[in-house]
Amino acid sequence: MSQAAAIDQQRVTDTQNAEAWRDPWSLPLESLDPARAILFKENVHEEYFRRLRQEDPVHYTAESEFGAYWSITKYNDIVAVDSNHKIFSSHKNIVVGDAPDEFYSPMFIAQDPPIHDVQRRAAQPAVAPTQLADLEALIRQRVCSILDDLPVGVEFNWVDRVSIELTTQMLATLFDFPFEDRHLLPYWSDVATATPSTGRSDVTFEERNKVLQECLNYFGQLWHQRKNEPRKFDFISLLAHDPETKDMLDNPMEFLGNLILLIVGGNDTTRNSISGGVIQLSRAPEQWEKLKANPALVPNMVSEIIRYQTPLAHMRRTALEDIEFQGKQIKKGDRVVMWYISGNRDEEVIDEADKFKVDRENARRHVSFGFGIHRCMGNRVAEMQLRILWEEILNRFERIEVVGEPERVLSNFVLGYTRLPVVLHAK
Amino acid sequence: MPKVTFIEFDGTAHEVDVPAGGSVMEAAVSNNVPGIDADCGGACACATCHVFVNEAWMDKVGERGDMEQSMLDFAENVRSTSRLSCQIVLTDELDGLVVDMPEAQH
Repeated sequence: MSQAAAIDQQRVTDTQNAEAWRDPWSLPLESLDPARAILFKENVHEEYFRRLRQEDPVHYTAESEFGAYWSITKYNDIVAVDSNHKIFSSHKNIVVGDAPDEFYSPMFIAQDPPIHDVQRRAAQPAVAPTQLADLEALIRQRVCSILDDLPVGVEFNWVDRVSIELTTQMLATLFDFPFEDRHLLPYWSDVATATPSTGRSDVTFEERNKVLQECLNYFGQLWHQRKNEPRKFDFISLLAHDPETKDMLDNPMEFLGNLILLIVGGNDTTRNSISGGVIQLSRAPEQWEKLKANPALVPNMVSEIIRYQTPLAHMRRTALEDIEFQGKQIKKGDRVVMWYISGNRDEEVIDEADKFKVDRENARRHVSFGFGIHRCMGNRVAEMQLRILWEEILNRFERIEVVGEPERVLSNFVLGYTRLPVVLHAK
Repeated sequence: MPKVTFIEFDGTAHEVDVPAGGSVMEAAVSNNVPGIDADCGGACACATCHVFVNEAWMDKVGERGDMEQSMLDFAENVRSTSRLSCQIVLTDELDGLVVDMPEAQH
């Protein structure tokens, strides 16, 4: 072989090796590192989890950019870990990577009882059933106005015009945030989640801190204003008036942490389920036909969208003591990652788990909201937004055509889309 | 086979016969009694199978477990008679049990 041919051959081999990560079945089992953010952006993560569920459902990755961690990939194992908060702690870190200590901001999702309990109880009334009933008419009005403004027969980005806009309006309502400044909310949310601890290195911890300081200042003013007014049912007023949290502003990092939690919790999750539903239905035209023929399926389909999308791919716990789990020895201090996206594809629990079915039986049985004391607090708000949105879409459009490949977020935590080009077809 | 009566928030009663050994939640779900979501399938991890046990039966159904108490801490409209129905195992002693259901499971 000539030297030039040898170099060419080497190039081909290098390229093949460089691309080997796309096919987990070609890699040694023990080397599998499903937390690499690129796997989710490139949408190749599903095969990683399929292989782990089959061959090593409680899997140890010894080396990764986040350090060593366990992957819990089966549905029932996820439920077991998630509901055992005495051994699997949420304290400090709930994503695979640790946040550096100097940027640590406590939030109740990343606390154990009793701090978690009192702070969650303080915030919860904002999304309680009576509140939701009052919000339904307002949400419907906003959904209608967003949909009525959309161009028909012309390409546009569904993520910007619908998913982000609707969830931002909802968030502004839950915080009673000045409506004209509402676009700050998704901006802060994006910065808060774009950290190296979830594999997104586009924002450094320093840059993140600077932006979130602005967020803290803005909400600090709202806090003072709400504190001097009678108690209302927005998050800020509730926290400012609850005896357990009324001094939270004295600990700015804790106030900021909880703000981030409530903003992110209501933002990325619903946003990406809204986009995900459009993608899933466009790929399964027979399901769209079934839905059109029977709009009463909408609430069931909403649960199926949330299962199929799994807008948060994982939550992480830290073992507080040594424990044997499914034959594996987990040590005190180990990172334990529950891959919700994998539990939601577990064929042993979910029939034809890879299929999106608007009329799936037991559609509510998914792990997207988590289980146990940290189960999603806003799940009913999310379901209500999605339900109203799809009811109103069915009233207006014959079809939502996806006209280009969706662009996905680079993250092992937020499973979502930055771009979804669509064309609407009028009824 | 123990009988269980579920009374919906609007007063509609559903009487079902179920084999001993299963949970009250399973009795509702397997008989299509509306109003029990049971999202987690009986793992005491979601609090969407909340019921109010009829006073006369409180002594017989036993106490709330630790995890059940934790989950009820975050449920809506919890009363002293509140239980998660996935955590009540049906025995012949519970034949005739009556439970009321909340307006919603969230």
